Amino acid sequence: MYKTLWLVPALPMLGFLILVFARLTKNQVAMVGVGSVALSTMVAAAIGWSFIASPPVGSTYVQPLWSWVDTGAFQAVMGLRLDSLSLLMILVVTFVGFLIHLYSTEYMAGDPGYARFFAYMNLFMASMLTLVLADNLVFLYIGWEGVGLCSFLLIGFWYSERKNARAAMKAFLITRIGDTAFAVGLFLLYFHFGTLNIQSILDAAPAILPAGSMLAWIAPALLLGGAVGKSAQTPLQTWLPDAMAGPTPVSALIHAATMVTAGVYLIARTHTLFTGAPWVQFAVAVIGAVTLLIAATSALTQRDLKRALAYSTISQIGYMFLALGVGAWSAAMFHFATHAFFKALLFLAAGAIINAAHHEQDMFKMGGLYKKIPFIFWVFFIGAACLAAIPFVTSGFYSKDAILQMVWSSSKGGLILWLCGVVGAFITAVYSFRMVLLVFFGKPQTQTAYRPGPAVKIALGVLAFFSLGFGYIQLPEIIANVQFFSHFLERTLPAFWGSVPNHAVEWALLIFVSLVTIAGVGVAARVYYQEPALPARLLENRYAAAIHNFWEEGWGFDAFYTRFIVNPFLWLVRINSGDVVNVLYWLIEFLSERINILLSHTQTGKTRTYAAVMVGGAVITIGLLVLL
Amino acid sequence: MATVPMEHGLILAATLFALGLVGLLSRRNIIFMLMCVEIMLNAAALAFVTGGARWGHADGQIMIIFILTMAAAEVSVGLALILRLYNSLKTMNSDAVSGMRG
Amino acid sequence: MILVFLILIPFLSGLLSWYMESRDAVVSRWIAVCGLALNLALVITIWAQVGFPQTGGPWIDHFAAGWIPQLGITFQLDLDGISLLLVTLTIILGIASVVTSWTEIQDRVGFFHFNLLTVLAGIIGVFLATDLILFYFFWEVMLVPMYFLIAIWGHENRIYAAIKFFIFTQAGGLLMLVSILALGILHGKTSGTYTFDYFQLSQTPIADPVVGMLLALGFIAAFAVKLPVVVLHTWLPDAHTEAPTAGSVILAGLLLKTGGYGFLRFVLPLFPNASIQLAPYAMALGVIGIIYGAVLALGQRDIKRLVAYSSVSHMGFVLIGIFAFSMVALQGAVAQMVAHGLTTGGLFIIVGLLQQRIHTRDMDRMGGLWVTAPLMGGAMLALVVASLGLPGSANFAGEFLTLLGVYKSHVWAAVLGAAGLVLAAAYSLWLMARVFFGPRSEVRSFGDLSPRELGLALFLILSIFAIGLYPQPIIDTASPALKGVNTCIKFCNQGSSKQRATIETPAQRP
Repeated sequence: MYKTLWLVPALPMLGFLILVFARLTKNQVAMVGVGSVALSTMVAAAIGWSFIASPPVGSTYVQPLWSWVDTGAFQAVMGLRLDSLSLLMILVVTFVGFLIHLYSTEYMAGDPGYARFFAYMNLFMASMLTLVLADNLVFLYIGWEGVGLCSFLLIGFWYSERKNARAAMKAFLITRIGDTAFAVGLFLLYFHFGTLNIQSILDAAPAILPAGSMLAWIAPALLLGGAVGKSAQTPLQTWLPDAMAGPTPVSALIHAATMVTAGVYLIARTHTLFTGAPWVQFAVAVIGAVTLLIAATSALTQRDLKRALAYSTISQIGYMFLALGVGAWSAAMFHFATHAFFKALLFLAAGAIINAAHHEQDMFKMGGLYKKIPFIFWVFFIGAACLAAIPFVTSGFYSKDAILQMVWSSSKGGLILWLCGVVGAFITAVYSFRMVLLVFFGKPQTQTAYRPGPAVKIALGVLAFFSLGFGYIQLPEIIANVQFFSHFLERTLPAFWGSVPNHAVEWALLIFVSLVTIAGVGVAARVYYQEPALPARLLENRYAAAIHNFWEEGWGFDAFYTRFIVNPFLWLVRINSGDVVNVLYWLIEFLSERINILLSHTQTGKTRTYAAVMVGGAVITIGLLVLL
Repeated sequence: MATVPMEHGLILAATLFALGLVGLLSRRNIIFMLMCVEIMLNAAALAFVTGGARWGHADGQIMIIFILTMAAAEVSVGLALILRLYNSLKTMNSDAVSGMRG
Repeated sequence: MILVFLILIPFLSGLLSWYMESRDAVVSRWIAVCGLALNLALVITIWAQVGFPQTGGPWIDHFAAGWIPQLGITFQLDLDGISLLLVTLTIILGIASVVTSWTEIQDRVGFFHFNLLTVLAGIIGVFLATDLILFYFFWEVMLVPMYFLIAIWGHENRIYAAIKFFIFTQAGGLLMLVSILALGILHGKTSGTYTFDYFQLSQTPIADPVVGMLLALGFIAAFAVKLPVVVLHTWLPDAHTEAPTAGSVILAGLLLKTGGYGFLRFVLPLFPNASIQLAPYAMALGVIGIIYGAVLALGQRDIKRLVAYSSVSHMGFVLIGIFAFSMVALQGAVAQMVAHGLTTGGLFIIVGLLQQRIHTRDMDRMGGLWVTAPLMGGAMLALVVASLGLPGSANFAGEFLTLLGVYKSHVWAAVLGAAGLVLAAAYSLWLMARVFFGPRSEVRSFGDLSPRELGLALFLILSIFAIGLYPQPIIDTASPALKGVNTCIKFCNQGSSKQRATIETPAQRP
């Protein structure tokens, strides 16, 4: 069974090639596009089943594919590595990916670039699956950049608008800044380890990177750079809100469920390096905490539905980073999985909402859609509830609670980080229900005849089911001893190690966080349902308005970069477009011309002058010969 | 046969050469300048002959035949050029012929 | 003997092509293609004969004949892995440039092909010659027809560009000639035999380091202009922009490679001490080239100029790869040369086809062309992502290996070089965004790629990605030759004695 592992990334790749090179009808395009991912999902599921039923030796299966390079000094074998971490990733990626592809067959049906869309999506799936399955950092890097390329292509999918192309470039360039750090990290790791095989590096890390040495923290810091770029964490988060220019299924697949969590995956994959460098790991936690607050406040102030969701994605990935930073590896991956379901759900539902609202994305111009599209309302409500982490019934609650519990009890965590998480949870609850209330309640502002078709309904229904139900595979110990998820992951990742559990404290934390969440929902209900005039009134206050604008602009990161980095650089590029080095050659040219003019004055044209000069020259020459 | 000392011959050659040179530098008429060049050539030829006689060597006489041939060729080309020049410029003044000035 | 044919066939078919011009232009074109195809067949037979990994020294084939025995000059050709790779690249890009000129060139078709094929013959000669005077001869053979290609069939500012190209290259070439002669005389004085044989000259002991440095600088002058190394690069954008498409393809794809080849073949093995001394400067210039070339590329409106400046950036990787003196980096530099030849050749072809259709190179007047020409857009996209070094493309293999090797000796160079990749992404994607994305421009609609052009583009793209995913054949081919180069340097670096490690001579040498 495991021998078919290579099919998981290969099938979408095959789909991509067929879509690029063959001319197909619309139905055939959908068949190939969705079919390849469906087959890949089935293979992944079968592999997952046998992994659980009869795990391979050491819970790891390695499938070498081909030798990429062998120069004697440097060898890289491209291979796939299946363990519980990568298995979790491929299961989530293929399954959510399949549902999003299914949804897209209906959502993109009217688009002239139908085949192109599915080609890019399949290429993305292939790259993403390569990324998570790779057992070699070079191979991982191929997938890593591949998903970046697909992200570029899909953000700029509707290329005829200049702003889409700009957003696409911004996304690629900013992530590439992180990727450069990542690449340098690869060079460093190769230099010291002599290999780029992930497992060999992890095994040898404690010996080669002694704790406390300079090297021990530079290596993970460079990897962290790549992760921060890809996962849109502070300070490289500015590309993700703009990336919403792409079609909505793209936002769901790439910019919510899968690609942006690649950074989380990378850190979890190379966890040994991070545990060897406590300061870097602490930096991961701090970045997560800061990002989740910045993004949550920004999400709270957006008018555009998709931008609000984008900021909430950044914020949720911040939670995952926070968990990674305190060593709660499996909690981070648990949140990744639940987030993949509910955020994909939210985005896909948002796509339907935007269709229903005639391509209006401003939440303040929607309103009252509850009666018109009840199915979409319910699934969006479920998604928002998960995002807000409504206690006990949603998967988001269990994953977020796990993170907060561990931040509290970890020696690497602490009160301040925990408080950041709790404040974030409060804001998350507020903005989640702000979206629901603004979009579905209040005065109806648009007429719509939109009815979701079967593909959309199936995709949303399945995602809603998993958003609610997925949390029950991993419950807090104090509620029930159901811990499939962490036991499953602990075959690969180290178990969480915190202070001795105290049931009373755990209960107190759990109830406190639940209350905070419910309070958040209450605030949202009060501000956006009972007193819809309240936000406008608040904004009349100068200071409140200033803070609101600051938050809405994403804490001014974009403006700062534009003003102090991008514009000066472009200015430099513009003034130097003629190449300043040319001046050197102009100078040579100018000088030789001058000398030429000077010398040509000696050409008087008078024969007698020439004769006289010749005589003079002869006299001097002979004189010198005689004298010397 | 009394031999003329070499010095005499050389002094004569040098005088002739100086005369030709001064003439070349001071005259403006191209014909005269050409004649002065001829004088200088002959001065050089005389110096060769003198030298040849002094060392008892035929080379000096070979050179004079060479110089004579060359002078003849040079004069024919030079005179042809001067004729063309006079045709087009209507003057014999060498200073007027400065079309190649830089 | 096969090596002589490799040079003669293009030259003779060029002559024939010229001769047939008066009959029919199409016949001229076909003669050129057939000649090169024949050449390709010859190269394929060589590839088929060589077993990988190679045994018995780096040299694959050898040819020698007397030429000017009085001066110790022989007509001597040798083929090793690096030459084989580059000769193959030359022929492939040669065919590509003939095919892409099919409709572009309508004026003096035969003479055009004569010049084109003579340049190719010269380039192949440069890659094969192992007698330094012969090498210099072929170096000049490349130059003159290229001058005509630019000056006769170029665009608006062609005369200026052609002269600039000529002066730069010739100045470098003459300095190299001085060095060649001096080296030959030095060898003659110390050993008693006057010769320009590469293998014998590589054994010349150069006692005085200053002399060694001066001689090395003469060679470097020629190769640094060609590569180009920054500060000497300003001929490149002019020449590439003004040349006809075929000229640009050959300039960027092949002529620049002769510079890199020269460093590998001559500078490092002949002057290892001087190379070691110059390495830090070369590294610095290479890194400056990577970044500065990319910055310049970003500032261009002219699409051909952008691609031209991107070459400056890419060849910077070759320079740092060569002067890192590590096997991995050398492999990377060779891979990068091959990759850059294919990618930039492809880019110039697409850009040339575009210019032929819309009669402008100004990107501000383009935009939204994807609607009109999706095939062209797709081809451009694939080439552009290869050019920005997307993993999976041959360029990635080259850049990655180069930086990996450079990191060992010059960490800062590797870090800055990697940073250059961000800029590469910026100009590449901006090119794509300005030309094919965005709102429809006023440009009239035009035909998409014809099957012939599409086939050509597909071939280049597929080879780029095939090499990127499996670069091992390139590495195996270049490996024995590079090992020789590397030993020369290593030997000197250890400073064990005054003796030098020499380039292994071909086994079948008489």
